[in-house]
Amino acid sequence: MAAVAQGTQVATAAGDGPQRRRERTRDGFTPWRWLILILAAIYFLLPLYAALKFAGWGSFGSVVHQSGFGDSLWLSVRLAIITTLITLVLMLPTAVYVHLRLPRLRRLMEGITILPIVIPPVVLIVGLLQIMPGSLKGTPYTLGLIYVVLAMPFAYRSFDAGLRAFDLKTLTEASNSLGAGWPATLWRIVLPNLTTAMLSATVLTVALVLGEYTIASLDLFQTFPVWIVVFDQTSGPESVAASLLALFVTWIFLLAITMAGSRQARRSGRGEVNLFSVSRRDPGRSS
Amino acid sequence: MTWLVSAGRGLRRYAGVVPFGVYMVLGLLVPLIAVAIGAFQSPNGGGFTFANVKYATHGIYLHGFAQTIFLAVISSILPGILGLLIAYAIWSARRGSVLRQIAITASAVFANFGGVPLAFLFIATLGSSGLASKWLTDLGFNPYQHGFSLYSLSGVIVVYLYFQIPLMVLVILPALEGLRPAWREAASNMGARTWQYWRHVGGPVLFPSFLGCLLLLFGSALSAYATAEAMTSGTIPLTAIQIGSFLNGNVLAGQQNVGKALGLGLVIIIAVAMTLYTLLQRRAARWLQ
Repeated sequence: MAAVAQGTQVATAAGDGPQRRRERTRDGFTPWRWLILILAAIYFLLPLYAALKFAGWGSFGSVVHQSGFGDSLWLSVRLAIITTLITLVLMLPTAVYVHLRLPRLRRLMEGITILPIVIPPVVLIVGLLQIMPGSLKGTPYTLGLIYVVLAMPFAYRSFDAGLRAFDLKTLTEASNSLGAGWPATLWRIVLPNLTTAMLSATVLTVALVLGEYTIASLDLFQTFPVWIVVFDQTSGPESVAASLLALFVTWIFLLAITMAGSRQARRSGRGEVNLFSVSRRDPGRSS
Repeated sequence: MTWLVSAGRGLRRYAGVVPFGVYMVLGLLVPLIAVAIGAFQSPNGGGFTFANVKYATHGIYLHGFAQTIFLAVISSILPGILGLLIAYAIWSARRGSVLRQIAITASAVFANFGGVPLAFLFIATLGSSGLASKWLTDLGFNPYQHGFSLYSLSGVIVVYLYFQIPLMVLVILPALEGLRPAWREAASNMGARTWQYWRHVGGPVLFPSFLGCLLLLFGSALSAYATAEAMTSGTIPLTAIQIGSFLNGNVLAGQQNVGKALGLGLVIIIAVAMTLYTLLQRRAARWLQ
């Protein structure tokens, strides 16, 4: 009931809880919903279980001691941090600026930010290797720069949804008329309202970097996903264990960020972290 | 002179998007142009030639394009429908519930999961001696005697579902959130049944974004490289894998730039899909205003 009372549920205005329930039963959708979720759970969890059984618990212990495990994982973590920082610094001001000053560009931005998802990374890396100056090719941090391009759609969409969720224009105008300069407005008004959006952008960026294989392998750097493949040549069960480890670590990490963020958001009366969109507090207002 | 000043002022309005624009041009546009130019360059001397394009549109490479498009179409429509159902089930769960958060973060993780780790998972599950294959055989249905093989196109489709469905869930959820509860209430106030609501209100509103998401999945399936490579080790000709093998240096003399022509081919396919996508988005946005 607490969640309902705080109005985090889009459909719930005060007192229409029972009506909603009646609607559901008339839908007859509730059993369907469970059937769908259970089938999905089987499809997604069965391979995990099978791999777990194949790897055996022992190989989880030994995988940590393999040569290259620590180095490659550390490289991936560093890349995740760099990529996230650049992405946030680049995309946050851009998204705010577009919303405030160039709302007409929003549709165009949506179009542009779709491109990195649909353009094959393998094509991108062919072109990049051709034009990149030699000094950039030698360092793995170049991967971070490339990953920013790939992470940008997710980051932009998160910010876009976050910015739609509150009245940016009124708040900034109020802040400016009270005498705050732009830096103060951004730091004290806009950022606090965008914490959930920043969180989802971070989560998606980190997940992307920790899972990216194509570009890293073709650019010949041994990030964690690449290491798993190289390592596979030497040991079967252990490399399955490493894959599972990668998956679980990322998942737990994301879950922790999301839950922490949602709790904080709920405390301050804002919506939950929804990765692609941040739910509106006031569903009636049109965007 | 006033027009110069006003033009300058107009340009200055765009100053805030310049860093983003420069990054995108350098990181996205210039590499693509390099690929497009390279597709028409002869590897020795760099003169203009159609030879690369000719190679890329014949024989094994043409077959690769056909297989790639077929695979991308199937593995966008199927996960599109399944993902929509799952997203709806997640969406109607209570906000902030643990189920919802696990499902959504899991979607983000699985959507980025692929390559050899994913191949491992499925070899352990549906490989010829995998766990699920064994269970099915015990039940009297050996999938390998009914035309299924993990290492064929049908197997690759099953594996692709593993990251395509979560991707669909991620991108369709905002569209579902765009369905105003008020519309539902208005419909039921006027006596509409559930199916009537979906037939006349929810469905038409959702349909353009649904198609847009399908095109996104299409692009994702088209570019999936690591997974297919790990699953089939080249037994199914797919364009992305063929491009990768050019990068790895498995090239005949005189064909070094055929990879770029293949890349250009993929970009053209994507461009066609993107054009459809923008048209559809425009419609979806008009509905959801």
